[in-house]
Amino acid sequence: MAKRALTVDDSKTMRDMVAFTLKGAGFDVLEAEDGVHALSVLKGQTVDVVITDINMPNMDGVSLVKELRAKPEFKSTPILILTTEGGDDKKASGRAAGATGWIVKPFAPDKLLSVVNKVCP
Amino acid sequence: MSSDGSSGSEFDRFRVTFFEECNEILADLEVHLTQLQSEALDVEGLNAVFRAAHSIKAGAGAFGFTRLVTFTHSFEALLDKLRDGVLEQTPQISDILIRGGDNLAELVAAAQEERELPEDFAAATLADIQDILQEGEVATDASPEASVTDAAPDTATGSGSATWQVVVTPGQDLFKNATEPLLLIRELAGLGELSTECNAGNLPSLRRMDPELSYLSWTFTLVSDCTKADIEEVFEFVDDTCLIEITQSSQAANPDAQSPAPDTQPAATPEPATAEPVATPQTVAAAKPTGPGAATSQSKPPQASSIRVDLNRIDRLVNTVGELVITQAMLSEEMAELAEHTGRQHIAGQEQLAALTRELQECVMAIRMQPVKSVFARMPRLVRDLSGKLGKKINLRMAGEHTEVDKTIIEELADPLTHMIRNSIDHGMEMPADRVAAGKSEEGTIDLSAAHVGGNIVISVMDDGAGINRERVLGKAIEKGIVAPDAHLSEHEIDELIFAPGFSTADSVTDISGRGVGMDVVRRNIMGIGGRIQVTSTPGRGTRFNLLIPLTLAVLDGMIVAVGDQRYILPITSIVESFRPEREQLRFLDDRTQVVSIRGEFIRIVKLCDLFNINKAVRDPASGLVVLVEVAGGGKVGITVDELIGQQQIVIKSLNDNFDPVEGISGATILGNGKVALILDIEQLAAMRASNGGRHFAGELGVLPGGAIVAAE
Amino acid sequence: MQTDMLPANGGAPAGFGMPADANQVEASPETCQFISFTLGKDEYAIDIMAVREIKGWTHTTPLPNQSPHVLGVLNLRGAIVPILDLRSRFGQGLTETTPMHVVIIVNVGERTFGILVDAVSDILTVEPKEIKPVPENDKTGSEAYLNGIINADHGMVVVLSLKELFN
Repeated sequence: MAKRALTVDDSKTMRDMVAFTLKGAGFDVLEAEDGVHALSVLKGQTVDVVITDINMPNMDGVSLVKELRAKPEFKSTPILILTTEGGDDKKASGRAAGATGWIVKPFAPDKLLSVVNKVCP
Repeated sequence: MSSDGSSGSEFDRFRVTFFEECNEILADLEVHLTQLQSEALDVEGLNAVFRAAHSIKAGAGAFGFTRLVTFTHSFEALLDKLRDGVLEQTPQISDILIRGGDNLAELVAAAQEERELPEDFAAATLADIQDILQEGEVATDASPEASVTDAAPDTATGSGSATWQVVVTPGQDLFKNATEPLLLIRELAGLGELSTECNAGNLPSLRRMDPELSYLSWTFTLVSDCTKADIEEVFEFVDDTCLIEITQSSQAANPDAQSPAPDTQPAATPEPATAEPVATPQTVAAAKPTGPGAATSQSKPPQASSIRVDLNRIDRLVNTVGELVITQAMLSEEMAELAEHTGRQHIAGQEQLAALTRELQECVMAIRMQPVKSVFARMPRLVRDLSGKLGKKINLRMAGEHTEVDKTIIEELADPLTHMIRNSIDHGMEMPADRVAAGKSEEGTIDLSAAHVGGNIVISVMDDGAGINRERVLGKAIEKGIVAPDAHLSEHEIDELIFAPGFSTADSVTDISGRGVGMDVVRRNIMGIGGRIQVTSTPGRGTRFNLLIPLTLAVLDGMIVAVGDQRYILPITSIVESFRPEREQLRFLDDRTQVVSIRGEFIRIVKLCDLFNINKAVRDPASGLVVLVEVAGGGKVGITVDELIGQQQIVIKSLNDNFDPVEGISGATILGNGKVALILDIEQLAAMRASNGGRHFAGELGVLPGGAIVAAE
Repeated sequence: MQTDMLPANGGAPAGFGMPADANQVEASPETCQFISFTLGKDEYAIDIMAVREIKGWTHTTPLPNQSPHVLGVLNLRGAIVPILDLRSRFGQGLTETTPMHVVIIVNVGERTFGILVDAVSDILTVEPKEIKPVPENDKTGSEAYLNGIINADHGMVVVLSLKELFN
């Protein structure tokens, strides 16, 4: 079974990059445009890792992390947040909400993969 | 060339998407900024403008548009302060925002058109933003450079390996962020030689244990030439919940004055995580200046250490384990006979031995396993070159490159895959104009994927091209005498004709997939490694090839069959089905040619007992069994056997090390009773029949009523 | 080159009458050693360096469509080794095998195979000059596998070239 990932970002470019990189590593990749969309995509299914942007309309990344962690089926799902350089406060608030780790934008494909491998069994 | 925008990034393919998106964002931004001219922005408006700058910045960073990044960074910082209410929306700020919006649009346009902008472009806006931010003072995020100091002690450890002691004491809430300690340990082990000591002292009694809390802590001893920063990076995400002490206990060949002072440092102290993106001086020196697109220079991918081993040694190991498997099977057979006389312990021991042996065999086989990536990696270039040459637009998507398969198989995969992709590009994919005319996107897609299915690997090549032109394929096959003019073939059978020997549909021999190599060679290659190839096609929608290939050539899923007093092995992958035919299903065409009819198809019978002169075998197929097998050249034959003994994974042995090739036999194996059983070579068996006087068979069969047989020749 | 040619003990089947002091015979650089065996009343010898081991006859798996003297293959510690009937090779019909029969496993060139004989009889240590040439045969020339004749105490022993015999 291929591993499955969900990429949540309001930017299609970002989603494409994440999806492209992960597909190259053998993942099946689901996509969502924001937190609300992500929750509806994840209704009735689980994934092996979630990668979410922070700044998104409707529901931001930190809220999404909180929502997911509140669900028993996503308690142990690795969740990575996408931050930008120097976004320490974002990392901290993401961690506090339950994010497993973060990826600093802009990222190179192998960096993304190495971070995903770091948290995703 | 513009200094902005580095080329060669792996993400280059997304540039188009990026600019499309930028233009959407800018259009949206303009709406908000127009509104700003008359009134202040509400929270939602501010958020939208912030996100616009943010999205552009992230993309620009990935593509190396440094000026765009610098500008959006400042712009975003200003918006952030406005959002947070640190700054108020004064007319002056509104003016800067509107000017900034214009600057942004121009920067995006310049990047897209690869046009150079004057040095001082937007300098005024940036300076204004800077002034305002400094006025609002408290640049709370201290300048990132400050964090560099921390890295200084590392310089000493850059060379030579050292022994590090890492004590990791997680807080009880380690798991609330779905942290998996095992992965961290694995990553740490990737840095060097690791020994681990687990402290379970805090483990409460089972009744009092909360399964969602963490109770363990660890002391790691790592021998590595890594830096302290490398180790810290492993625990980067958990340094808020774990107490991490990293000490260098000894260091080889580097008497450094600083190291005696054990730089024990609980990493729980709020260490500026900004150290990450801002490369420390020494790493910058080492890393190639790849621009902001490569924030990875200092991260070591979590790679397991490895050694190079002579392949011969591995082969020897594989062989020896093969022996062990056989010996174990022999023992277990003998034990079964003694079962009533022996105690239960023996049986338990026997079962354990069997399990261990299997596991050992799997481990040994795994040594030879490699990801198919090495073969897949050649394909993008092939697609690029060919599509360019043919003027077609093709996007190659790959998945499952990390699927592993035996090294010998990988070597055998390159040619067939190359040919199949060529075939898809050359024959399958339409010209861009034709695609548009057919209501499809201009750009075609080829999906190449690999996955494990049972003991096999399935590789599929799928295109969204025109599909197989059945009319043309059939016409060609008739013209070449591969099928009779009045034969009735199902759609699937027509599709399968592309594998027929000597078949090639290209109207002219193209420089791409011509060269006389056809899909028949692909099929032969694939069957040569014990695999199978299937094709499915939908006209106008595309074609899909599926390769089913064993994971290794050293073992094989075999069906043991009995013919007289002999035992033979048939490769499971070739077997379609087995059945005992009714007399009415059988028919002699002449004194040596017998066919069996099944579901309207006539299948030639291959009588093993006759070919091999086996005594005491069942001679009448209606009293024995017919095993329907697929032949590499296309088509099927029915092999007669007395009975099926059972399915078993067998270790393949070469017969030809010590003897000349035997027709109809591809190799041998050793059964549980220690005896040798021969592995049947289906292609040769089918050909043996042909050389025994069945030459005209193919032509005759074509005219059989309702018969659709592709003779295997 | 493999030197564990002969089992020191135990491995030898009945009829293998190796003299107890055979190993003590000091082979000077000039001398050659042969293993001799019987086929009916006749005694033959092959170069001892070619012999890997000697074992009693066991059942083989027949190979289809081969010459009659190819008895089949057996499992020799994981290697698939063909077994050839020497009697049949000499055109004297198939051996009626019993567990008393002996298979000599030999290495010839790159290949390993076994030859079925009636019994192993001796180790002969001879000087090259003791190997007499085979008398010129009448034009057939097909006996290239006859390497010479040794006059042993108990009678004539024909030295075989396995390479020529199973070419």
